[in-house]
Amino acid sequence: MQAPDVARTIDAVWRIESAKLIASLARLTRDVGQAEELAQDALVTALEQWPRTGIPANPAAWLMTTARNRAFDLLRRRRMLERKHETLSADARMAEEESHMSVEAAADDEIGDDLLRLIFTACHPLLATEARTALTLRLLGGLTTAEIARAFLVPEPTIAQRIVRAKRALADAAVPFEIPRGEELRRRLSSVLEVIYLIFNEGYAATAGGDWMRPALCEEALRIGRILAGLAPGESEVHGLVALMEIQASRIRARTGPSGEPVLLLEQNRALWDRVLIHRGLIALGRGEALGETRGPYLLQAAIAACHARALAPTDTDWVYITALYDELVRLVPTPVVELNRAVAVSMAYGPAAGLELADALAAAGALGSYHLLPSVRGDLLAKLGRYTEARGEFERAALLTRNVRESRLLLDRAAACERA
Amino acid sequence: MRVMVIVKATPDSEAGVLPSEELLTEMGKFNEQLVKAGVLLAAEGLQSSARGVRVRFGGGKSTVIDGPFTETKELIAGFWLWQVRSLEEAVEWIRRSPFARSNEEIEIRRVFEAEDFGDALTPELRAQQQSRAERISRN
Repeated sequence: MQAPDVARTIDAVWRIESAKLIASLARLTRDVGQAEELAQDALVTALEQWPRTGIPANPAAWLMTTARNRAFDLLRRRRMLERKHETLSADARMAEEESHMSVEAAADDEIGDDLLRLIFTACHPLLATEARTALTLRLLGGLTTAEIARAFLVPEPTIAQRIVRAKRALADAAVPFEIPRGEELRRRLSSVLEVIYLIFNEGYAATAGGDWMRPALCEEALRIGRILAGLAPGESEVHGLVALMEIQASRIRARTGPSGEPVLLLEQNRALWDRVLIHRGLIALGRGEALGETRGPYLLQAAIAACHARALAPTDTDWVYITALYDELVRLVPTPVVELNRAVAVSMAYGPAAGLELADALAAAGALGSYHLLPSVRGDLLAKLGRYTEARGEFERAALLTRNVRESRLLLDRAAACERA
Repeated sequence: MRVMVIVKATPDSEAGVLPSEELLTEMGKFNEQLVKAGVLLAAEGLQSSARGVRVRFGGGKSTVIDGPFTETKELIAGFWLWQVRSLEEAVEWIRRSPFARSNEEIEIRRVFEAEDFGDALTPELRAQQQSRAERISRN
């Protein structure tokens, strides 16, 4: 095999194994930063040796053994230092740890638990959101600093620094490498889901034709989400998030037009929707709902997305059910943006007058002052009711508020159409 | 990126011989690994070509030909759809499959994504594709 091929194989093995490797090392060292360095060391050794010796029969086991041996060395050195200060208790603990380690291949559940601990640690609320996303991509996605930097359109040193600081913060706070329990679990899980969805949206917000790393973020988020769903199958919101991402990703091909302009959901060509992802999304939604808990925000948003995915044509959409889902969602997430979406759903289910009433209430409350979609929605509803003069004013206001040139042009066109009507 | 991993037919699969319980168990374990890694999107096994047909077109006509079809090696017995980051990753995965101990040949093919067309897919072509898809969806 040629050297470049070996390098590419090592890359592939790393991609598959790195998270598991780091996770099981972190159980030993109790420090994810150190675990990652040990794993990286093993990778460097592979890059040096494999081109000469050939790729081992079981490359995953080779990496694990190499990294674990280094971890033992490290722990032994640490123990020598401790021995100077402490009694035999450390010795006993060490012996116990080593006996665990001698097991050639750890059981599947054990690796799963370590991975879950790693996800919770990387997404620890102690860290700033940006640090959490970078660390998650690095530790769980196996992405290089350069790749993360490209994906987020920031300079590489910025990401490198973010990761170094995040690792140090975790070590300084002595964050335990564990799966949180009880109430704490809920809180920490929502932090994990937030990070995964952020990574997804970072890729999803990018329009077609850009750097390949940005669409790859969607795939990365989906992959981490699917892994998490396998590790925590009893958490309905995990399935909800996976369902939401699968269904949103199914529309990627349809959501931009020929010259890159955004195409709204109801105007999308549904023949371009990815049926494999829709199918997966509906299954994930079913799994989440089957757990029978009160539906959380992700499961509700997934259920709304599923209503659109199931409709073969926009006219087949079950708006009455969507309205009911928004009623539930607005109770959990009472933000003006959700309220506005609910107003649109109500207008589709019960007519423009009913929707306008809700949109007017929002406008009166003044919570969405500079959000262009509020006047845009009001303009649309007013136009449907034949109140063209008022509609025109709303479209013009919306055109002033949006920062997107293409959208602004579209809104001004609609304003002009109202004038003619 | 997505790849389709294609498993070719064998005399056994064409004869309708079902895989042994041992192989099924191993394959089940392998699929489980793929699911856990978030790699597996879809997987299907195909019945023997004796239970399929071919439709041949020519001169404005169509002819239906019943199976089985003879050229076993050209036939497909099953496929996976995987989401991986590189072709090498797919190769590494298949090395871990139960096929590693067989004498079979597995074919891995990249699935086209919109961005693969790059600049070759001009706005005009994209528009054409779009309107074609629209016509199809209306029919």
